[in-house]
Amino acid sequence: MLQVEHLSYDVQEEGRQSEILSDVSFSVKDGEMLVITGPNGGGKSTLAKLLMGINKETAGKITLNGTDITEMTIDERAKAGMGFAFQQPPRFKGMTVRRLLHLAAGRALSEDECCELLSSVGLCAMEYIDREADATLSGGEMKRIEIATVLAKHHDICIFDEPEAGIDLWSFSMLIKRFEQIHREKRESLILISHQERIIQMADRIMVISDGKVESIGAAEEIMPHLFGQEINSCHCRQQKGGEL
Amino acid sequence: MELNQVTEDVLKVIDSYGFKQEGAYNLRLNGMAVCHGDSRHIRIVKKEDKPGIDIFISAEAQKEQVHIPVVMSEPGVDVVYNDFYVEDGADVTIVAGCGIHGEGCSETRHDGIHAFHVGKNANVKYVENHYAEGNGTGSKVLNPVTKIFVGENSVFTLETSQIKGVDSTKRENYIELAENAKVYVTEKLMTHAAQKAISNMDVELKGKNSSARIISRSVAKGESKQVFHPRAIGENLCHAHVQCDSIIMDEAEISSIPEINAKHMDAQIVHEAAIGRINDEQLVKLRTFGMTEEEAEAVIIENFLK
Repeated sequence: MLQVEHLSYDVQEEGRQSEILSDVSFSVKDGEMLVITGPNGGGKSTLAKLLMGINKETAGKITLNGTDITEMTIDERAKAGMGFAFQQPPRFKGMTVRRLLHLAAGRALSEDECCELLSSVGLCAMEYIDREADATLSGGEMKRIEIATVLAKHHDICIFDEPEAGIDLWSFSMLIKRFEQIHREKRESLILISHQERIIQMADRIMVISDGKVESIGAAEEIMPHLFGQEINSCHCRQQKGGEL
Repeated sequence: MELNQVTEDVLKVIDSYGFKQEGAYNLRLNGMAVCHGDSRHIRIVKKEDKPGIDIFISAEAQKEQVHIPVVMSEPGVDVVYNDFYVEDGADVTIVAGCGIHGEGCSETRHDGIHAFHVGKNANVKYVENHYAEGNGTGSKVLNPVTKIFVGENSVFTLETSQIKGVDSTKRENYIELAENAKVYVTEKLMTHAAQKAISNMDVELKGKNSSARIISRSVAKGESKQVFHPRAIGENLCHAHVQCDSIIMDEAEISSIPEINAKHMDAQIVHEAAIGRINDEQLVKLRTFGMTEEEAEAVIIENFLK
């Protein structure tokens, strides 16, 4: 279980303090799928990076399976059971897709395992496995490989930052099936940052972040009608400041 | 011939194909050719007028290898001249390279001056690894000079790498391409501490439809200095692509000076050069796999130079 308490993140902009995230609290139960949505620039990706330790919070506490991970580094959080898929994955000159998958899995994968992972994100394995994960691949191809790296290993909780971005419809459908499978098996908790209706519909719970604050959080059936029917900031399920745990 | 442990260990590093005293081979140890063998299609002849060997590769040599490593485990200067004569249609891999094991306080230096005369329709792969080790304070220096003349319709692949231990190197490469000839060059270089490396490469595309692809990747650490000067000269309808990528770390310094020179209106020559630190996003990505920053850095460098 992931528990986030009163998380805030400030940055210095032109000599003054600017608040990117303010007093964000929520939890994700084992096997649960939480979808975080909301307007662009609202702080969703920043929140994801704080959870993974890529950015350092100004205040707050993060607990994973009862252990306080707030002071842990990125790699310590990964070893504690967190996985992370970037919205815009980096490219690696000289590194093959196969090698990247091996590193992600933390072990040498068999040819079949690599093929299965690539197929699950809509890539023809034989075509990609020995290609370099560099600028010769398109943004969409890199994005699918990025998702495959996270799927290469079991995590207690996986964070996907806009997994749909840059992916074609056919691959997106395959990805949805993979998320549904993970969710059905309840083996991993999922945090998906997304604007995509099909992803939002899969959620157990939805959290709406706007202007650095939690606008609302609740069960999917509770939040959904407001999301697609009204303005986000008029949502009836707005949570109290301090948020739900 | 029985080799001592130091020589065996150095050979393992510089000869990635595995050195064996069988087939066509010549081992030069501390300035002396200590053992050599010919194969049915490859003949090695000691030069009469200067140190070095002539290697004659017949057209019948197909998918064959010849190994000519150099090991220096004693200080001193060794200059050697090796000339390769590759007949039309031959297909051969030449594994060279030099390894220094330096324990003394005097300089150990090897200047390998190689010339390749490649006939028509041949396929030659030349693999050259440079390496130095040992606790000696004497500088370990390698100054290779490589001249390559590629005949009509032939393909020459040059893979050269210097990964560790060499205090100073100045590489001079000259490549000349005839009609439809192709050259693929991959250069990998890593320098540490106060090491210095200079790499000059001239490729003259003389023949119609000749082509060259030159990829240079380097990592400079510590206070080391690197200078690259690849130069492609198009004198006919031809294609050339020169790409120099470097990772700079610590207090190192890198100069990359690619030069392209067209002397024919149908010459198409492209160069790219980039120098930069290790990408933070790459480091972060690998750390999300559970690697420490140091482990992630090592993986990025290893793959960059692979």
